[in-house]
Amino acid sequence: MEKQKLILIGNGMAGIRTLEEVLKLEPDTFDITVFGKEPYPNYNRIELSKVLQGDTSVSDITLNEWHWYEDNNIRLYPGETVTRIDKEQKIVYTDKDREESYDQLIIATGSDPVILPLPGIDKEGVTAFRDIKDCEKMVDYSKKYKKAAVIGGGLLGLEAARGLLNLGMEVDVIHLCDSLMERQLDKEAGTLLKEELEEQGMHFLLEKQTSEILGNDHVSGLRFNDGEEIEADLIVMAVGIKPNVALAKESGIEVNRGIVVNDYLETNDPNIFSVGECAEHREMVYGLVAPLYQQAQVLAKRICGMGGDGYQGSVLSTQLKVSGVDVFSTGQIMENEHTKAIKVFDDWRGVYKKIVVEQGKITGAVLFGDTGDGNRLLNLIKKGADVEEYTDTDQNQEAGAGLVADMPDDELICGCNGVTKGTIIEAIETQGLNSVEQVKGCTNASRSCGTCKSLVSDLLEYTLGEEYDENQKETVCGCTTLSKDEVIAEIKEKGMTNTREVMNVLGWKNEEGCAKCKPALNYYLGMLYPTEYEDERESRFVNERLHANIQKDGTFGVIPRMYGGVTNAQDLRKIADVAEKYDVGMIKLTGGQRINLLGVNKQDLPNIWEELDMPSGHAYAKGLRTVKTCVGSEFCRFGTQDSTGLGIRLEKKFEGLSGPHKLKMGVSACPRNCAEGGVKDVGVVGLEGVWEIYVGGNGGTDLRQADLLCKVETGDEVLEWVGAFLQYYRETANYLDRTSVWVEKMGIEHIREVVGNKEKRDELNERMDLALSAIQEPWSEAINNGTLLKDLYEKVNA
Amino acid sequence: MERTLSRVLIGNYSELPERLGKTVIIGDKEIAVFKLANGKIRAIENRCPHKGGVLAEGMVSGEHIFCPMHNWKINVNNGQAQAPDEGCVGTYQVEVKNNSVYVLV
Repeated sequence: MEKQKLILIGNGMAGIRTLEEVLKLEPDTFDITVFGKEPYPNYNRIELSKVLQGDTSVSDITLNEWHWYEDNNIRLYPGETVTRIDKEQKIVYTDKDREESYDQLIIATGSDPVILPLPGIDKEGVTAFRDIKDCEKMVDYSKKYKKAAVIGGGLLGLEAARGLLNLGMEVDVIHLCDSLMERQLDKEAGTLLKEELEEQGMHFLLEKQTSEILGNDHVSGLRFNDGEEIEADLIVMAVGIKPNVALAKESGIEVNRGIVVNDYLETNDPNIFSVGECAEHREMVYGLVAPLYQQAQVLAKRICGMGGDGYQGSVLSTQLKVSGVDVFSTGQIMENEHTKAIKVFDDWRGVYKKIVVEQGKITGAVLFGDTGDGNRLLNLIKKGADVEEYTDTDQNQEAGAGLVADMPDDELICGCNGVTKGTIIEAIETQGLNSVEQVKGCTNASRSCGTCKSLVSDLLEYTLGEEYDENQKETVCGCTTLSKDEVIAEIKEKGMTNTREVMNVLGWKNEEGCAKCKPALNYYLGMLYPTEYEDERESRFVNERLHANIQKDGTFGVIPRMYGGVTNAQDLRKIADVAEKYDVGMIKLTGGQRINLLGVNKQDLPNIWEELDMPSGHAYAKGLRTVKTCVGSEFCRFGTQDSTGLGIRLEKKFEGLSGPHKLKMGVSACPRNCAEGGVKDVGVVGLEGVWEIYVGGNGGTDLRQADLLCKVETGDEVLEWVGAFLQYYRETANYLDRTSVWVEKMGIEHIREVVGNKEKRDELNERMDLALSAIQEPWSEAINNGTLLKDLYEKVNA
Repeated sequence: MERTLSRVLIGNYSELPERLGKTVIIGDKEIAVFKLANGKIRAIENRCPHKGGVLAEGMVSGEHIFCPMHNWKINVNNGQAQAPDEGCVGTYQVEVKNNSVYVLV
């Protein structure tokens, strides 16, 4: 049978969620095409504020990677907009002159930000806060400019403002009303919120109406209708969103505020459906994620020809995603002559609670400062519970587990990721989970906004009973209940000397540990006893065990050391000879200024090393990898210092050093920073007579700009400060935390204080020197050790 | 039709490294042989069900091996991938006589 053609317009959360549900029900029935305006695969839009606040990166909020579309045979046209729908012929047309016919069509075009038609709105420096592009623009501006103004004191505006503060800007928030988030919060909660955010550094201009954006080509400020003016280099419009209905309207589909749909998400055309923020159901348009997922479920059933009760509308709840502020709001929160309210106000602790009751039933709630009751209240409202059900259990700690017990299995626990109660319980039972972290890892519940953590915790308690301990700490891994600090303290106290002893004495659940704790313990022991500890090869990940980088096909990459990225004719000739002789698959320059020989068979590794006769580049190491350098004063006309020379000194000194994770350095000779020290674990920048040392930068997974550690005058001082910094990192970081994460956890101020103290710096360097003294060059060690060669590098041909 | 297995000598027991894997090639088969901490020898197909990773280079923990490619956890007794991952690799019987290790293929 020929497949039915299903087209989705809009590559966002609601539409893609619908497709996921369809594929679950009918994996092979549809030939699916997706058009998306943005040039990205589906990402989690609600996490954008976290990206802006620097808590996560764009790549981490992607929900469906490119290969997901391929794996499911979905044709995706990213960066392509549908411009017309011909309902009679059932064809859509795009801005790239494509036409596609459909049997069924889903419109999931989402919302557009509302842009006030102010004079000057077209000037450079005005942005909305809606997509990745907007986020990138704000980050860009924050690097060049100082002052930002956010128009709109609602949820979105405040999250944008917090992000801009994190990016180092001064932020004015302009709001038309006299209270923040007035749709979700009452006056009391609004006032508490304002006080809290002012403490965080936000500045508010309430009851202000913007009348004009000032500036020439670029914005320079705002004028209000009372004549007052403020300066601003960046204006963020966050006054609201409106359903994107233009395409539907032009195509003759019934549109009110949104695209009008019935309980089965059907529009007035029998082959066209609408879902998500662009759809209007029973005169409601939803701008939050949980309702969209509920709609997606219903629509998928409808498209697959299954019945069901249809969509009945959703009770909304919101939580502000601003660190250090706990606000929760749900249902009907405004009081009138028919309502009564339960109010608790503790000014001292900054806690406020209001529960609105109408005809004996809870209809809404506002929580500030302590939002632990939020999910419980939301569920009581959903099931139309009498207020007594809340008041009677108000003081009762068991309420949480009782509440989740009442929920049906298909109740959505995590709205952000669409995870139901049933899925979570099944995961807990079948996979033996016992922490919120583990549930997060297995099901994605609570991975996004985190609002549902308390519910997940309740579900664990409900499923596991007394076995569950909710106050969990960050343990080394699932094999133990001990944290890294506790394990290290035990190792020191009991003088344990190998990983198996540690696991044994400290009562590891898995007798021989796992892939997470084995290398971690091996590192901690080596760090504590650099000269005595015997490294355990079997506790090492393959790359560090074999001193080469494993590739997807089981071959390896060989990267010899090139101090500071400087090489010579003789070394290049040797590399060329080896590459030819062993027929390597690819010769590739690395990002760290070295040469990688790829596609090498394991058994050839020792011979290649011997013939190269160069030291290992440790390109596989949790430890020092490269020191990238710019040309420097020897040749460059801008160079102020000998960056190459200092880079080579650093690399020679710390070569072979192990660490909690990989370490990359860069040394540049002027602020142009060609060695990219701003995104290195240690970046050194030479100015006239001064070296600046930056730390904690990252150019990869956890993109982060490095912080200034100190400024010193001589190369010797650079080595001294870097040595102390690295040793402090080695001694206190969790295994597999990069310096970027560690610096965030410790705080740069604290690190400056410790490393800046001469006495401590000397002690740290003493221990660093001891660690350095124990290092052996791994390639020559392997070549000269017959047992090693046989055990690790030989295959058996039987 | 019943297939007869042949016993192939792959080496001396004492020479296999403990808690590590060894790649063994028998004809067109590539097999990962492990000497576990408890002294037992186990042999499985050297190909992770996920993306074909070489299991012989993985980390050994008890009766499991962690694939070096994407950290799938495979039981070396029955070849089963552990949840949440799903899949299975072939297993081979092993015999140890005196100091000789044989794989049955």
